[in-house]
Amino acid sequence: MEDLIQVVDWSRMQFALTAIVHWLFVPLTIGLSLIIAVMETIYYRTRNEKWLKTEKFWMTLFAINFAIGVATGIILEFEFGTNWSNYSWFVGDIFGAPLAIEGLLAFFMEATFFAVMFFGWKKVSAGFHLASTWLVAIGVSLSALWILVANAWMQYPVGMEFDPAQMRNVMSDFLAVATSGVAINKFFHAVTSGWVLASVFVIGVSCIIAARGKNLAMAKDSVKVSGWIGLIGIILTMWTGDGSAVEVARVQPMKLAAMEGLYRGEVGQELVGFGLIDTENKEIDLKIGIPKGLSLLANHDMDSFVPGIDDLIDGIALTPEGDTINTVSYAERIEIGKAAQQALRDYEAARQAGDKGAMEAANARIRENYRFFGYGYFNSPQDAVPPVALTFYSFRIMVMAGGYLLLLLIVALFVVYKKPDWFDTRLARWIGALSIPVVWICSEAGWIVAEVGRQPWTIQDILPVQAAVSAVTASSVQITFWLFAVVFAALIAAEISIMVKEVKKGSEREITE
Amino acid sequence: MNWWRRVVDLYVDGFRNMTVGRKLWGIVILKLAIMFLVFKLFFFPDLLKENYDNDEDRARAVARELTSGR
Repeated sequence: MEDLIQVVDWSRMQFALTAIVHWLFVPLTIGLSLIIAVMETIYYRTRNEKWLKTEKFWMTLFAINFAIGVATGIILEFEFGTNWSNYSWFVGDIFGAPLAIEGLLAFFMEATFFAVMFFGWKKVSAGFHLASTWLVAIGVSLSALWILVANAWMQYPVGMEFDPAQMRNVMSDFLAVATSGVAINKFFHAVTSGWVLASVFVIGVSCIIAARGKNLAMAKDSVKVSGWIGLIGIILTMWTGDGSAVEVARVQPMKLAAMEGLYRGEVGQELVGFGLIDTENKEIDLKIGIPKGLSLLANHDMDSFVPGIDDLIDGIALTPEGDTINTVSYAERIEIGKAAQQALRDYEAARQAGDKGAMEAANARIRENYRFFGYGYFNSPQDAVPPVALTFYSFRIMVMAGGYLLLLLIVALFVVYKKPDWFDTRLARWIGALSIPVVWICSEAGWIVAEVGRQPWTIQDILPVQAAVSAVTASSVQITFWLFAVVFAALIAAEISIMVKEVKKGSEREITE
Repeated sequence: MNWWRRVVDLYVDGFRNMTVGRKLWGIVILKLAIMFLVFKLFFFPDLLKENYDNDEDRARAVARELTSGR
């Protein structure tokens, strides 16, 4: 049992490490490809060479990020086969189909149009080149779509039926999988947050370049383009974030309760703006709350009830009048899950005995109880509670950093249009440079909320992590964890070092001359 | 010049004229080599594919795992 816990923990840490590193590169690729496409569009329309040179400078940084980040996501697929083989089999084609589409799309679009984008200057017409640059921007976002569809399905499994003969979930409704509210919100939230990340990166680097004096005009032009993209991006990110909150309240209420550190909910529940969580006493110290804010955020209704962790465990909800409604408690869910698992055992026994009638009867019991299948792996309702403190703080870090970034983008646009003299100052350089890590912290914190907040599930309500892992030893996972840590550290060091060198080179010459 | 020749030239000339790109390709190739020739081959076998001959056996193995009361 102890080894199983260790295997689960190390496998989770390894997956988290890989995903976090992969996500360092992805949003910059998504956002920078759009910024480059907009710059090339301006060049195409104005035929002003300064835009071409500005675009090419950012294309170099885009290429560095793409080359170092490309294929880091494939390691996640290796981990599925080795560390998460039960999960990998159990999800069947539901996970495989979106990933296959992503692979094909990524290969064909990226191999073709990346080449035209980087090698095609003077070889293809300006219009075809522009179209290729836009197709790269669209292609990277579409790649993200299929990955996020697969991820969303894990958070909200729809459009499938469990087939005990294959021991797999079989896709019954592709549209339900691809267009679930969770998938749509997740896609737009992730992509628009990529626009914000890349915009802040461009603003930060532009401030550094401007302070060196040689490329002030180019830096200002870059901030104008990225500032607007970032501002539109952050407004859309907040809007889709609101949509995500509504979806989480609907399909993963335990995650929402963990995000808020909420143990007992109320009608007209306040939102915690700031606070220090004490999970032992189930309290939040030094709390600054927004009255009725969580009810509004979660349900778009200020007088609605938002259940806390203990409410969910007890299976109770309240009406707006304060009357108690009984839902399915976690103790009951555990019983239902165990009944589903017993039915699966009976199915296996009947299959071996060749008793078709018993197989059908067992299958009927599996179907009846399948919605809480995963709870059967728990001994106590507390096993279904995610790590509250990490989820709570990550959410606050994301929101606070997001607020800062909104302010930064507004100020950057104000400065570049109205107070251009402030732009090439030491203060602007420091603010720009220090904002670069902030946007990455914000982006990663968002994913930590999404992924830690849904623990212990790999597939919500169906398969918890301890059932999803393979029968491997903890030591083998530890070895690969440290191997990855070394390789990833080298990749990040290479990215930063090559980028810094290119930015330095750029700031020592006149880029647009 | 035919279409295919122009496509080949696009890639060949592009690679030939790269500056930062050469270093990046070096990193990409090294990274892919580590991933596929070291990680995949030695550390990340597909356990179900490696240990079982067909899908039926794989399904039963997963059924055993998921009903073993772990």
